[in-house]
Amino acid sequence: MDFNDTPEQAKFRKTCREWLEKNAKHKDNASKEPSFANKDVLEEAKLWQKKKYDAGWAMLHWPKEYGGIGASPIERIIWANEESKFDVPKGIFEIGLGMCGPVMMQYASEEQKERYLPPMAEGKEIWCQLFSEPSAGSDVAGLRSKAVQDGDKWIINGQKVWTSGAHFSDYGILVVRHDPELEKHKGLTFFFVDMKSPGIEVKPIKQITGGSSFNEVYFTDVEIPDSQRLGEIGDGWKVAITTLMNERLAVGDADGVDVEDAFRWAKTQDSLGEPLLNNKAARSSIADWYCEKSGLKNTKLRTMSALSKGDTPGPEASITKIVSAGKLQDIGNFGIDSLDMAGMLKTDDPDIKKFQMAWLGAPGMRIAGGTDEILRNIIAERVLGLPQEPRADKGLAYKDIPSGNS
Amino acid sequence: MNLDFSDDQKFLQQEARKFLDKEQTLSRNRSVLENSNKVDKELWKKIVDLGWTGIRVPEDYGGLGLGHLELCVIAEELGRFLAPVPFSSSVYLFTEAIINYASDEIKKDLLPKLVSGEVVGTLAITESFQAPTSDNIETLSENGTLNGKKIGVPDAEIATHTIVVCKTNNGISLQLVDLSSSGVTVEHQENIDESRGHFSIAFENAKCDLIGDDGSGWDLYELLINQAAVLFAYEQIGGSQASLDMAINYAKERYAFGRPIGSFQAIKHKLADMYVALTLAKSNCYYAAWALSTNASDLPSASATARVSATKAFQLCSKENIQTHGGNGFTWEYDCHMFYRRSKLLSLNIGSLSNWREKLVISLEQSNIN
Repeated sequence: MDFNDTPEQAKFRKTCREWLEKNAKHKDNASKEPSFANKDVLEEAKLWQKKKYDAGWAMLHWPKEYGGIGASPIERIIWANEESKFDVPKGIFEIGLGMCGPVMMQYASEEQKERYLPPMAEGKEIWCQLFSEPSAGSDVAGLRSKAVQDGDKWIINGQKVWTSGAHFSDYGILVVRHDPELEKHKGLTFFFVDMKSPGIEVKPIKQITGGSSFNEVYFTDVEIPDSQRLGEIGDGWKVAITTLMNERLAVGDADGVDVEDAFRWAKTQDSLGEPLLNNKAARSSIADWYCEKSGLKNTKLRTMSALSKGDTPGPEASITKIVSAGKLQDIGNFGIDSLDMAGMLKTDDPDIKKFQMAWLGAPGMRIAGGTDEILRNIIAERVLGLPQEPRADKGLAYKDIPSGNS
Repeated sequence: MNLDFSDDQKFLQQEARKFLDKEQTLSRNRSVLENSNKVDKELWKKIVDLGWTGIRVPEDYGGLGLGHLELCVIAEELGRFLAPVPFSSSVYLFTEAIINYASDEIKKDLLPKLVSGEVVGTLAITESFQAPTSDNIETLSENGTLNGKKIGVPDAEIATHTIVVCKTNNGISLQLVDLSSSGVTVEHQENIDESRGHFSIAFENAKCDLIGDDGSGWDLYELLINQAAVLFAYEQIGGSQASLDMAINYAKERYAFGRPIGSFQAIKHKLADMYVALTLAKSNCYYAAWALSTNASDLPSASATARVSATKAFQLCSKENIQTHGGNGFTWEYDCHMFYRRSKLLSLNIGSLSNWREKLVISLEQSNIN
């Protein structure tokens, strides 16, 4: 057991840090509003991505021909670890690079990879993921958007929803139903699509935070060339599963206030005439959050140890979002509650804003990229080996299955 | 970066698991619980013969001279099988205190005997139905003799010696007492987990020897339990894993409404939550094991983090294992209650969950986590 880097890892870490120190600001304690859709942030994020790309850091684990430097998994983790200590734009490229990239890598033609992957890594072209539909959320294989083949192209009609970043995306990955007569998992086919195609209409959805990071996307007679099909006709579910697996790795930690913020706040905030940190209940919560935070951090270190020995990481990583999203919600609530009646009020105070934003944003984190419930099912079935639930839609043709609110 | 045990340590763990399984340790636990034996002397002797009591004892004193990591993997297995032996009292607490604080003369005398099993130790601190503090200890040591009464001392019957946290003119001190000496009375006290007997020990002008500096006893005790907490936490994650495994197996085999109960989300989500708590605790234990084995400066927060999360994990896993078993889980016949009892014993020995949460926050205040 050893917590230190090997000499090679230490050297690599040093290289990362030196570049970051030259090119980015260390994180300070000032608050930053999560501002996914803000135009300036988009520009800032693109600039940062380009800078990283030019230096080889953008997708360092990708092969050189697609814009990477062929880094090992462990080097990728070391980079992410170092980058997280700096105040850099986040939340724009995660879906494209974390989910669309890997699926293109696996299923696109060589020519397509050379065309699409480097600009994706560079941040020049942004990608989104078009899976969920109004009647198909957790049960995403129940989606009903239609693809009809017409010679060497497909005609798409239907609606997608909760599509993060669709309003500024250039391309998207899309799963649609080519045959409603087949069982629901068997009638799906996977494509990538130019978001500027005629017939695509993007409508932002206002969230409970007031912001709009995700959208409804309408498809009306949208044409996609058959060459943009990923996988065989009818393999859509298999390809989607690859993406969802990557999504779970890409989503990871819920971003926002954490135990350090709660601790710092509790030191100075007054609670009935003394610092909140003197309050037993506050101390107990802080202890538990610290244990959760450390538990996640140390779980990642165990994953990293497995990777560095060439082992496949265990299923431990599946707990990250369940734990961090719940913690985010509780810590947001803790900060607001400490303000008593005034906790309702909007203010420019960055600390208070952070707690309020966390509390408002956390419900989204508990749903996005697999709800708490779906993730618990995944742990129970794939990790603990418990049997699947009997299904009411088993063996039925898709068209005969009731879905959505019907 | 390698947050994992070595191949040798993993081998030791596998061998320990095979041994405790072959010895039908869970049945032994039940037997001690049912027959008021208070300890399994036969199993204890076999454990001594395997050399586990001497893992951390330096070779000069007849031990194996290995590190804390070897002790961690053994602890996890003892916890998994609920071994009804005084390992935590004698090894994590007594032997460690002798190694860390005793004079060379005492070490020369006791350490080889701890290895051979001739000496078994425990630690006596509690005096009343409240948490012991440096202010409420009344047992008094003066001129080499000890007076007072300790309660709830685990394993004191099989123990030959105890370390007593007591008062002196200079504050709190640690005193070593041979339990066979005159003026010492050990009496059984019934407790929630009779697979590990608890006892009162009365001292009436009993002879005692100072361990460590006079007046520094409370600091030494805190240091000792900061280290021992990591080992207790390993027993707790072993017990958590066993409870989770029992619940999984039962949920796969038990049918209701025409299907295995493990196919119901109410059960799945419960077991997933147990897995989450256990995974967090286990990862924190790995870090704490490393901090313990290297005496890292953040050992106090690392051990408290492991302790708090392992206590929570074992409490959750043992109670929800009963719940998953339904009515059967509440019977004496099923083993679920043995894990439930042990989870309580391990969570209270060396201090309760709320006290360890407090210790954790104090360590964060001292290290200033921001």
